[in-house]
Amino acid sequence: MRNLRARYTRDRLILAVVIVGTILAALPLTLVLGYALANGFTSLNWDFFTKAPKPPGELGGGMAPAIVGTLLITGTGLLLATPFGIGAGILLAEYPDNRLNPTLRLLSDTLNGMPAILKGLLAYVLVVKAQGTFSGFSGALAMAFIMVPIIAKATESVLKLVPWNIREAGLALGLPRWRVILSLVFPAARAGVVTGLLLATARAAGEAAPLIFTAFGNSLLTFNLAQPMDALPLRLYAYAISPYDDWHRQAWAAAVVLLGLIVLTSLLARWVTRGR
Amino acid sequence: MMSEFKAAQNPQTGHTEVMTLDPSLKPRIEARGVTVMYGQKAGVRDVDMPIYTNKVTALIGPSGCGKTTFLRALNRMHDLTPSARVTGEVLLDGVNVYAAGIDPVEVRRKIGMVFQKPNPFPTLSIYGNVVAGLRLVGIRKKSLLDEAVERSLTQAALWDEVKDRLHAPSMSLSGGQQQRLCIARALAVEPEVLLMDEPTSALDPISTQSIEDLLTELKNHVTITIVTHNMQQAGRVSDFTGYFLNGDLVEFGPTKLLFTTPKDQRTEAYITGRFG
Repeated sequence: MRNLRARYTRDRLILAVVIVGTILAALPLTLVLGYALANGFTSLNWDFFTKAPKPPGELGGGMAPAIVGTLLITGTGLLLATPFGIGAGILLAEYPDNRLNPTLRLLSDTLNGMPAILKGLLAYVLVVKAQGTFSGFSGALAMAFIMVPIIAKATESVLKLVPWNIREAGLALGLPRWRVILSLVFPAARAGVVTGLLLATARAAGEAAPLIFTAFGNSLLTFNLAQPMDALPLRLYAYAISPYDDWHRQAWAAAVVLLGLIVLTSLLARWVTRGR
Repeated sequence: MMSEFKAAQNPQTGHTEVMTLDPSLKPRIEARGVTVMYGQKAGVRDVDMPIYTNKVTALIGPSGCGKTTFLRALNRMHDLTPSARVTGEVLLDGVNVYAAGIDPVEVRRKIGMVFQKPNPFPTLSIYGNVVAGLRLVGIRKKSLLDEAVERSLTQAALWDEVKDRLHAPSMSLSGGQQQRLCIARALAVEPEVLLMDEPTSALDPISTQSIEDLLTELKNHVTITIVTHNMQQAGRVSDFTGYFLNGDLVEFGPTKLLFTTPKDQRTEAYITGRFG
């Protein structure tokens, strides 16, 4: 117990450093958010959500095809990715001695670090080349490649948080291991897995690169995944590099909508894990 | 080698005073030369021990002496620990549970287990916990499940406290109630043997008392083996006691004899409180 005051001073000093660091980290994020909102919010109107894009140079129009496309492509991507991501996560967490695991972990980590555009290229080779046409489905596949490693990682980590004694309790009842995992361990981790799914969705929904040569973009509204399909990040990119002021405004609006979708997903994730 | 002892209970008085083996006493489990290795280190060495049908057998000894390790060898719980290796034989009704072709899941169905810390399945209700071992192997018939719930909870002396809220979350129970729920859960699958690993060490004296009372009642239905670091508890509840020290079974005999006239000096030192 030497010099209590000096210890208090040191405590406050460290707290101050931590607070300043936090502000510095949050500042760019706040600026981007604020700038996008300031520029995009005023361009949001009913037309933006319901109309298709107008030809270049004409004023007005909206991003209905892109909004529908983003929802369809990420939704389908999520459906494709979920079984593989969760399966891989279960294998990694619950069967640590499995011979596949070192390879699986390497693949998952590599896939996680791989540039998104390469995943688009993979989907291009697998689907677009084979079918001879760009399609929403190939975009969804590229999205799935983004989501799988994120879902696998999230599933693995939440399963590892489930206390070991739940597994022992199940096995001691004379239940087979797969049954213990599916019916007792997994439900205990369910909220965390759902959060992982939502975060993977939010992450993938904002990607433009993997859609460039898969979903390709489409000015017309379509619900058909076999056809080329628009997506918000694609449209945002196309409009942002265009020479038209009206399109620039709409690009900002698209950014706001994308941000809104992502915030919504994160809030949903919070809501799912509420009370934990 | 402890198998040559010739002491048993007098069936008339219930007291252990006869120095010849009671012929009605039959071992449900017989451990023969059981050794558990953790890597290069032995957890228990060459243990021979009978566990008599419808009796309570206590395993006592100081921390780290191998009593829990031995207990977990009986229902093949060490299968889950990659570094642990069990040699020797554990005969359950004359069949070696470690023999080739024996399914550990079947073994654990016959030899249930209650753990040191109450570990109800957090996602399931009280009812769901009790029937978990039945429902998850495909028993769906409601009348059967209801019956099992009432029977097991009654046996575990919990029925009266929870019968009006069977579908409440299991985590809403107190620690002592949770432990009795775990006992009910283990009993619901009607095991032949119940292994209890310090089941009262996390509980208050009143809960401890209720679980001890339970054991005397329960041994009419199941054969019980209980690990305890509490010698008074061993004295109160058990018919037979094995004393472990540094991975060896030092002495095994009727509780009354072992506590009053221990044959081994080390046992005497422990039970008189000179160490441990």
